[in-house]
Amino acid sequence: MRRANDQPEESNTAHPCKDCYASRLLSRRTVLKSALGLGVSLHFARVADSAETDPKKLRPQIGDVFIFSSGDHQGQVVTIRDLPEGGPPAFAYPLDPKTQTLRDGSRLNRVLFVHLAQTELTDPTRAVAAEGVVGYSAICPHTGCDVSGWKAETQHLVCPCHASTFDPKDRARVIGGPAPRPLPLLPLRTVDGKVTVAGAFSARVGAEQK
Amino acid sequence: MNQVIRLVPFALMALISLFSNPVAAQNTVPYTPVTAERLLHPEPDNWLMYRGTYNSWGYSPLDQITTKNVDKLTPMWTFSTGVNEGHQSPPLVNNGVMFITTPKNQVLALNASTGELLWRYQRELPEDLFQLHPTNRGVALYGDKVFLATVDAHLLALNAKTGEVVWDQTVENYLTGYYMTLAPLVVRGKVMVGVSGGELGIRGFVQAFEAETGKSVWKTYTVPGPGEKGHETWSGDTWKTGAVSIWVTGSYDPQLNLTYWGTGNPGPFIAAMRPGDNLYANSVIALDADTGELKAHHQYHWNDAWDWDEVSAPLLLDVQRPGKSFKALVHAGRNGYLWLLERKADKIDFVNATPFVRQNVFTKIDPESGRPTYDPQRIAGIGKRAEFCPSVWGGKDWPPAAYNPQTGYLYIPANQNLCSALTGQETTYQPGQLYIGVDFSKIELLPTAEAKDHIGEIQAWDINAGKKAWTVKFKSHNWGPLLTTGGGLIFSGGTNDRYFRAFDAKTGKLLWQQRTNSGVTGVPTSYRIDGIQYVAVQSGWGVDAQRKQELLDKAFGTKTFVPQGGVLWVFALRK
Repeated sequence: MRRANDQPEESNTAHPCKDCYASRLLSRRTVLKSALGLGVSLHFARVADSAETDPKKLRPQIGDVFIFSSGDHQGQVVTIRDLPEGGPPAFAYPLDPKTQTLRDGSRLNRVLFVHLAQTELTDPTRAVAAEGVVGYSAICPHTGCDVSGWKAETQHLVCPCHASTFDPKDRARVIGGPAPRPLPLLPLRTVDGKVTVAGAFSARVGAEQK
Repeated sequence: MNQVIRLVPFALMALISLFSNPVAAQNTVPYTPVTAERLLHPEPDNWLMYRGTYNSWGYSPLDQITTKNVDKLTPMWTFSTGVNEGHQSPPLVNNGVMFITTPKNQVLALNASTGELLWRYQRELPEDLFQLHPTNRGVALYGDKVFLATVDAHLLALNAKTGEVVWDQTVENYLTGYYMTLAPLVVRGKVMVGVSGGELGIRGFVQAFEAETGKSVWKTYTVPGPGEKGHETWSGDTWKTGAVSIWVTGSYDPQLNLTYWGTGNPGPFIAAMRPGDNLYANSVIALDADTGELKAHHQYHWNDAWDWDEVSAPLLLDVQRPGKSFKALVHAGRNGYLWLLERKADKIDFVNATPFVRQNVFTKIDPESGRPTYDPQRIAGIGKRAEFCPSVWGGKDWPPAAYNPQTGYLYIPANQNLCSALTGQETTYQPGQLYIGVDFSKIELLPTAEAKDHIGEIQAWDINAGKKAWTVKFKSHNWGPLLTTGGGLIFSGGTNDRYFRAFDAKTGKLLWQQRTNSGVTGVPTSYRIDGIQYVAVQSGWGVDAQRKQELLDKAFGTKTFVPQGGVLWVFALRK
């Protein structure tokens, strides 16, 4: 049971993070849950949804392309030929090609790609990969760090914070370290050589909230 | 502000508030305000700040539990925190009310004799926060408030009687890599905090706030900016991302009105990426408690290349040596040397430095200035691998040392027989991203042949004589903060076998041990209520202890399971 944070946002007891959107969102959800629990009209939920659909913060949408967020190709659209087979991973944010909105409003939208030999992927992984390119949330589900490490010899992804290790060939299952679950998988397909989103993340992105 | 709240009728809010009532708000223990005077002279029955007293001794004068009867020590009650990861905070006790913190910024107030929960505060952390070090090292007390530095870089004042938030001050933007894990230091009505984020290209600082209002009073950067003294020790723009974090509570000398803080390493790890001495990294800095003015410093080692944070605050001791008695600062460094310094109003003088673990980086130390000379083979560069000892976790990491005025011994929780290797790589700064100049997954931990015999140690040093008195050895590495008492005892956990132990402070002899739920990396404290002396500690393994364990297992080909989950343990003598 929470204490002071359950207070409404307008109260003087300060909010945990007045300046940050994500935190406000959480608090709003808390209020909403309480409201819904009390049988309050769904009208409020719709209002909240519109707030949650800020296109820059929205999770990757089907048809989105990607823009490299770091590395030699930073700022460019991700194409399959930019991703060297065998790794290392590349990092990117989704971009809505219609509105040219880059969804970098939340770091939880950061995605990593690894280009692997298709024969090395497990069947379920290959099914959602795009010509050997697998896409995962770049955010470790342990404490939310960016999974930026790469063990070339084993082709494993490593979280630098607490050394959680994931196998990108097999749905990013946890090989070692404290991560409680795999990295959420993002289904991909290629369109004219561009890597695009083919479905929603397989699980909630971000750290454990308990 | 958002639309939802505005639309929700007032009556509904009232209804919701019914569902967010405090957990257990029966305040069965009246609360005694903590005054500036009480912080200067805490009653022996209480433990009012991180290390018990401003001199950072970690010493309780209580003497009911002694070397003779400690074998009758037994658990009185426990409390599960419901949280994993590193439980490192000391149970503070103020006239019967105990405060502990856990990772994810939970604060628990308990009846210190019965274990009854008085209140619980749990912070709702931002969804996109990431926690490199999921821990918290405790609260500070002043007046009728409890102060918490949060992992999303806010400073909170809670009502000590109810746990309600009195004020909430943003210290920095967590999205740019700032976070806080230390217990604040309260001096004369000001609450001081330092910032973590040294691995993320922050620029470190210490900041003081009015306890009453949360208003900022002063802020002193640990990396000097243009025009400030010491700025010339940074090249180009490296000062902007120079790190030098502060993540352990400072000490305070009321006579000099100076607070003493240990400072972290400069960033990135690779020295060649920031040529110069890099003041005030790897130093002790003396800040005026009223103004924050940096009055003095001593840099233990310059242009660090080994991730050797020197964040532990020095202990303030009076040292008597033949022909010389002086007010000292004593620091067992992550760099493996035991530093003895003299503190004065306007300067810090070097006295001497002695290695307490095997160290192969310093080739000599200037007897006047204390400045070390390095073996260049031990300095990693871009694409250049270098091995060095001790390891990146150092001879002694953050777990605090202790001093017992009865024995005159300083006790050091040390790690021996471990070295490391680093290899630098080009890195571009990106706000909120790791900026260490090293592939994190390639930080090597290299046990020496002797590590099969033992790694962890508790060392006792006779400070007046300048000699080591004895060493306790553990097969496991040691992450155990130390408590020493008037009963002639030392208490500590820290090993991967989950034990919490008591030793004879004179001889180091093991007198008692209790296996706990998890590994004990919490700071133990002692207090007395109704004539009963208690010893309290949190057991909850995680953070760097866990990470180091994984690397050790890899090196040894072993698999060690240390379960997680925090539990507070409270012990007293069996009747």
